Amino acid sequence: MTQQSGRKIGGPLLKVQGISLSFGGVKALSDVSFEIRQHEILAIIGPNGAGKSSMLNVINGFYHPQSGTVTYKGATRKQMQPHEAAEQGIARTFQNIALFKGMSTLDNIMSGRLLKMKVNFFLQALYWGPAQREEIAHREVVERIIDFLEIQAIRKTPVGKLPYGLQKRVELGRALAAEPDLLLLDEPMAGMNVEEKEDMCRFVLDVNEEFGTTIALIEHDMGVVMDISDRVVVLDYGRKIADGVPDEVRANKDVIDAYLGVSH
Amino acid sequence: MLYREAGQFKASYAADQAIFPIAQDRVLMAILLVVAAVVVPLTATQYLYTAILIPSLILALAAIGLNILTGYCGQVSLGTGGFMAVGAYTAYNLFIRVPELNLLLVLLAAGAMAALVGVIFGIPSLRIKGFYLAVATLAAQFFLDWVFARVPWLYNYSPSGSVGVPDLYVFGFPVITPTQRYLFILAIVALMALVAKNLVRSSVGRAWMAIRDMDIAAEIIGIRPLQTKLSAFAVSSFYAGVSGALWAFLHLKSWEPAAFDINRSFSLLFMIIIGGLGSILGSFIGAAFILLVPIFLNQVPPALGIPLSTATISHLEFMIFGALIIFFLIVEPHGLARLWQIGKEKLRLWPFPH
Ligand SMILES: Nc1ncnc2c1ncn2[C@@H]1O[C@H](COP(=O)(O)OP(=O)(O)OP(=O)(O)O)[C@@H](O)[C@H]1O
Ligand SMILES: [Mg+2]
Repeated sequence: MTQQSGRKIGGPLLKVQGISLSFGGVKALSDVSFEIRQHEILAIIGPNGAGKSSMLNVINGFYHPQSGTVTYKGATRKQMQPHEAAEQGIARTFQNIALFKGMSTLDNIMSGRLLKMKVNFFLQALYWGPAQREEIAHREVVERIIDFLEIQAIRKTPVGKLPYGLQKRVELGRALAAEPDLLLLDEPMAGMNVEEKEDMCRFVLDVNEEFGTTIALIEHDMGVVMDISDRVVVLDYGRKIADGVPDEVRANKDVIDAYLGVSH
Repeated sequence: MLYREAGQFKASYAADQAIFPIAQDRVLMAILLVVAAVVVPLTATQYLYTAILIPSLILALAAIGLNILTGYCGQVSLGTGGFMAVGAYTAYNLFIRVPELNLLLVLLAAGAMAALVGVIFGIPSLRIKGFYLAVATLAAQFFLDWVFARVPWLYNYSPSGSVGVPDLYVFGFPVITPTQRYLFILAIVALMALVAKNLVRSSVGRAWMAIRDMDIAAEIIGIRPLQTKLSAFAVSSFYAGVSGALWAFLHLKSWEPAAFDINRSFSLLFMIIIGGLGSILGSFIGAAFILLVPIFLNQVPPALGIPLSTATISHLEFMIFGALIIFFLIVEPHGLARLWQIGKEKLRLWPFPH
């Protein structure tokens, strides 16, 4: 975790343009364009089925849109593969936790550093010299993440045995371990109680502040969204209906009709 | 209070990441190695060597291989017997065609060839999973069975189809008597088990387990599924290949393809299920267990005055294995190794219940 600290929102880090994605007859996204700026926290909101998760999946190469482009760090592409996205510094968490259930918290987070571990297979087989040094160097980084997320006590616990809230935290830890430039969080606070939500908000803000990590997150809790995000993109039925700072979005008539209107 | 880690503070991550972080485990392991390498050779009988120690060590090696593929990487395989055969016949052909080659190199080549064949049969694993992959590896098993029974060059045109090797030497030292063979095998198996343990606790191992637990999430952290699965097939088959060569050269000494048929594959799968999926220790426990049950059934009931017919014994064997496999698959997928772990955990707290 050695990125530039402090944060000053800069130019676009990632831009999606004219993204359309459909599954058979279902149009998950139609002609969606927006940008994610350096060092900001962008919230993506919208009613269920609006296409929010699909959007993240397009960004990290999981879904391949029928049309549109993704421009990331200046390079424009139609699609990428998930491991390419990872290599380029995009990390994410999933709406339905996608941890490695049979592995311990420590191993899950260590696995987030896989791309940074370079020692070859044969040295690993001997667990000797460079291999051991590398393993320990990465362990130190991972321990800092564990301290940061306050999960020291569950270090060696298989994650399948952890309660939901902690699993979400471990998943965040695994994403952080990659030291991403762009962190995509799909409903990181869903299903949490108030305290857990507060903790998670604090982690998100701290990551953004201390490491300058750009964050795009999906969230349903409007209180949280208004509190922590710099800008908000609103999707509804696969289309973008608003995009702006929280106050603007809150006042937008379409948003009130489509989203806030529904939930109030 | 014997098994206690209190007061053993790990002062460094290196200590915490050691294979046996707890001192009692290290002591136990050291004792085990001394027993295996010193006490056994001084005391063991011919029968103990040839019926129990040698076969269970060799099969444990193949079980470690299968465990890497199935237990760690989550790719079910019914082709281990076939990969062992590749090792055995590669070793045989090298031995008769390049007789001056060192036995260790022959074993290495046997592993390498099996790894290559394993990788080829592992390619479908990118597209197919679970049951379908199991069927694909079954096809590999049958194909390899067929090759070693039907391509005469591979069995050196032996009219009976069975082949054998004479007494073996390594660096001029004989590997002939049971003690010699046992020590040679013990050295190789201990070394390869250590290597396997190192792999599974390094980043290769984490990549394998990531693929096993959730391949989708593995991909988003940058793991390449095909590469990772093929590396598991390669390492797994390498172990199977070396094990096959040892089985043929140092246990059977003369053999035919049936020694490596589908039954071998199944029995290895049973070993890792009973011993413990995703456990190196479990591979040893499972191999020993599967080997010991029939011996136990053959000897103990008659000794107690309950003579059993051979047929009854083999039925009993199937029933016991069947019941245990169902038990472990449903109740404790981590097998006997996990029970041992739980036992130790209890002991750690003993005599306090909590
Ligand atoms: N893999 C898929 N196959 C088929 N349809 C899909 C797939 N993924 C998403 N969809 C469809 O696309 C639409 C958008 O789904 P998406 O998961 O992106 O919504 P969301 O905004 O994340 O909703 P939620 O708030 O419930 O998570 C839905 O109609 C969904 O059924
Ligand atoms: Mg969603």
